[in-house]
Parts: sequence; structure tokens; C-alpha cells
Amino acid sequence: MRTLPRAPGENRRALGDPSATPARRGAGRPAWLWLIAPSALFMTALFAWPLLVGIGQAFTGPDGFSAANLRRMVDDPYFWPAVRNTALLIVVVVPLQFALALAMALLLRERPRFAGFYFYVWVIPLAISDLAAGLVWLSIFTDRGYLNSALAHLGIDGYAWLSYQHPWSMFAAVVVAELWRATSLVFVIVVAGMQGIPRDYDEAASVFGAGYWQRLRYVLLPQLRPSLQVALILRTILALETFAVAQALTGRSMPLLVGETYQWYTVLQNPGVASAIALVILALSLLAAIGYLRLLRDRTAPR
Amino acid sequence: MRNRVGLHLACLAVTAFVGVPIYLVALAAFTSRTALNEFPVPLGPTDVSTETMRGFLATTGVTGGFLNSLMVGLATVVLTLVLGAPAGYAVARYAFRGHDSYQLLLLLTRALPIVVLSVPLARVFLRIGLYDTTYAVTLLHTALALPTAVLISSAVFVGVPREQEEAATVFGATPAKAFLRIVVPQALPGIAAVAVFTFVLSWNEVLGATILTLNQRTLPAQVLTTLSDSPLAYRFAGGLALVLPALVFIAVMRRYLLNIWGTLR
Repeated sequence: MRTLPRAPGENRRALGDPSATPARRGAGRPAWLWLIAPSALFMTALFAWPLLVGIGQAFTGPDGFSAANLRRMVDDPYFWPAVRNTALLIVVVVPLQFALALAMALLLRERPRFAGFYFYVWVIPLAISDLAAGLVWLSIFTDRGYLNSALAHLGIDGYAWLSYQHPWSMFAAVVVAELWRATSLVFVIVVAGMQGIPRDYDEAASVFGAGYWQRLRYVLLPQLRPSLQVALILRTILALETFAVAQALTGRSMPLLVGETYQWYTVLQNPGVASAIALVILALSLLAAIGYLRLLRDRTAPR
Repeated sequence: MRNRVGLHLACLAVTAFVGVPIYLVALAAFTSRTALNEFPVPLGPTDVSTETMRGFLATTGVTGGFLNSLMVGLATVVLTLVLGAPAGYAVARYAFRGHDSYQLLLLLTRALPIVVLSVPLARVFLRIGLYDTTYAVTLLHTALALPTAVLISSAVFVGVPREQEEAATVFGATPAKAFLRIVVPQALPGIAAVAVFTFVLSWNEVLGATILTLNQRTLPAQVLTTLSDSPLAYRFAGGLALVLPALVFIAVMRRYLLNIWGTLR
């Protein structure tokens, strides 16, 4: 596999520590300012401004400051199920994804034949949107879909997988679709992390008689820690935003937080409540990111 | 020996898990409506017909959505590169005050969920007359892609040896000329990867595009908003239409994927 010319570690040194980059200081006018400024201004305008407007929207009623939007959000019968489903989805999907992605990366590490082909197929879902993933699995789980058809060929009666009367099979369908779509992101991050790990340690451990699982537990996983940390934060934040998969598979039968924002905005035309829910999602994202950073902080090498 | 067999079986199982659903939605999209209404649905290509796919493409809003998606995607790529590539170069080459705060800005913006931006942005755009235009969606998608684009392109520029650039100036090239002759050719493949990454992000984004538009829908937004009152055949065809570009993107991007996700620490 061809890679971009980049020495390992060079990138981080340049990114993280300005003193490591011999500067072109004193080269006259600060050229970097002209290079950085447009993007910094753009991001500030498109992130900070809407954020402030959004907070305003959420806390404004017809006459000035009010918590009416928040109250309406909390009183809505869909809100708490949406919170519960979103939390449940993250708790179930993320660990499964990590187990699957790690297994996939370890399989490729054994260098099977056709490894290049496998890699290509396994990363395809990276470029598939959650809406598309929902529609793909709809063709399988819908009442007259491929799963029930296959079961019928085997002489087994079909099942209404996506019916609101069967919340568990509905939930499982969303979990499977999410696993299918988003595991490849974790997989790619883990594979990229594994490439940076020299095989020497692994071989040394094996010379000293460590078995496969021992090497995995005590040699490989600790070295993968930075990659796993990034993947965990990214995946959790992205999992909070899951929405179109459930929308395509179940409609509003399985409400999720982002789906509720969509409902309040487009169907119920109430941007105030939509903003309030969006702020809840933002708070949860920040909480998750900070929580993980504290939990997984590397004690030896603070960054 | 048994281990190798197990390895291959496991690899095939994962491949089937990823591949079979794509095959099935393609099959559904190329099965006639009458066959789709039968039960059990044929599991093999026994009844291939382009009727379902043609029906989808002829539905109002689909062609327009496709064109809008294309326009938004390309405009997002251009705007992202214009704003992001110079910033990436600066991050890679200069030590400047505010370096760390800039990095923090990138990190924060990446952690911000799309919904949080979309709803208030709709109001802002409504006020300044950009609501329901492809420009609005382009701006949102650029904001989403920009932080990652800066990070990747800075990694790309770090990979171009500074010494070569300096050598060129020593031999009398102006800095601009040194940049054009030395840096650009070496950075181009990596920058192309940034472009494809940005396009995929824009092509796939659903929620923001739905909230910021009413008539100027992108393809995913069009499919999403018509989802609840469209027949199953339409949904399968739409699913395939959204999946197909992914196969091409990944084929183009394969060799850069590890670099992109490897630099995101």
C-alpha cells in the first residue's frame, strides 16, 4: 500500500509543539496570519454565531426570556424515550463495534491472502451515509423483505421485525444496521494505529513464551491505547447523532434525540424546542468527550 | 493449518456481512415492482428489471436533488480547499503565537454536533436571505469539513521536506515559485484525498441539508423528506442511488484512508 511520505511522529511534533518546528520567525510580515485567518474567521462565524443564536432560541419565548421551550421538550411524550433509546443505543453499539473492529484488524494483521480485497470491502461502509444504511437494511428487515423471504424458503414463519409492537427486534435491527455502517470507522483507526506499532515487542513476547491472548492483552492493546481513545470519543459523539438509520427503519417508532430535533423542526415547525433538544445533544457530547478524556488519560505522557 | 482455515472463514464471514446487504439492496432496486410485492421475494437475480430504478429517477425532485448534491459537493470541496489548505500549510510550517488556540478551535468545532448548528443557522440564513439555497448548504458542509481538512492537509505538507523548499530559494527561486514548483507537486495527491473526503462528507450529510432547505433539496434530503409517503420500491432504489457513489469513493480513496484516520489523533 502506498502511503503519503510522512515520517512517523513527525506530524504530531509539528502539530503539538511549536518549539519543535524551526520557525521562519522574523521573515517580515507574519505570513501565517494571512494563511490562518480566513479559516479561523469562517469557523468562528459558522460555529460561534449559530451557537449563540441557538441558545437564544431555546431560552426565548414570545415575550423575552422563558423556559417554556425546555418545559415543552421535557413534557413531550417522545422526549424521555428518545433519551433512553439514544443512551441504550450507545451503550450497546459502541462496545460491539470495538470488539468487531478489533477482531477485523487482528484478522488482517495475520496477513491472509486477498488482504487488499478484504480491506477494500470492509471499509466501504465508511462512505455510506446513515440514511443509505437504513434503507439498505430496510430491504432486509421489512415485512416482505429478504430476511423473512429467506426464512420462508427454510419453512419458518416470518416475523414483523420493525413493528412497534416488537420494540426489541426493532432495536436490534437498528443496532445491526449501525454495526454494519459505522464499525469500519473504528476499524480504520485501529488498523492505522497498528501500523505504527513495531512487531519487535510482539515477537519478543512470543520468544519468551507468551500466548496469543497474553500478547494481545499485555503487548498490543496497551500500545493501541491512543488510537482506541480517539476512536472511542469519535464514535460516541457520532453515535449520539444517529438518526437517519432509525428514521428509515422504524419511522418515529423508535425515537432518538436527533430524530426528535428533526421532528420538532420540520414537522412541528417549532425551532425553539428543536434548539432546546439540540443543546441537550451538545451537552451530552461535551460530557462524553470530557468524561472519556479523564477516564483514559495517559498517565505517562500527558498531551 | 486449522488456524489458516479459521482465518479465511472469519475473513469471508466479515466480507459477507458487509457485502450481502449491498447485494440485496441492489437486487431490490433492480427487481420489478410486481416481483417485490410477491412473497417470498426472489433471493437471486431471476426477475431483473430497470422499472424500479427508472421509476425512482423519474420521481419529481430526484434529478434536481442529484444536481443539487453535485453542486453543493463540488462547491464545498473548492471552498474547503481554499480556506483549509493554506491553514494546513501554516500549521505545518510556521511556529506562531496562537498555534495552540487554533488547534483547540479545530478540536472544538469537530466535536460540535451538526444539529446544534443547523437549527440556528436556518434562522440566520433566513434573515440574510440565504435560506433554501445551495449556498447555505455549502457553507454548512464547509464548516463541517474544514477542521478535518486542515488537519489532514497539514499532515500532507509536513510530509514535504522543508529542506527542498529552502534549497530552491537558495538557488534563486522566489518563495512563491519554490512553493509552486516543489511543494505543490508533492502535496497534490494528499490534497486530492482531502478533496474526495470533503465531497463524501457533503454527499452523505442529511440532517443539515434537510433543515436548511425547502425546495433546493440535496438528494439525501429529498429521499429523507419523502420517505414516509413513498413506496418501498422507491426507498430501495434511493438506497442504492446513495450507496453506489460510496463504492467509487472508497476505490479512489483506499490508499489514503489509513493516512487520513491515522492523522486524526
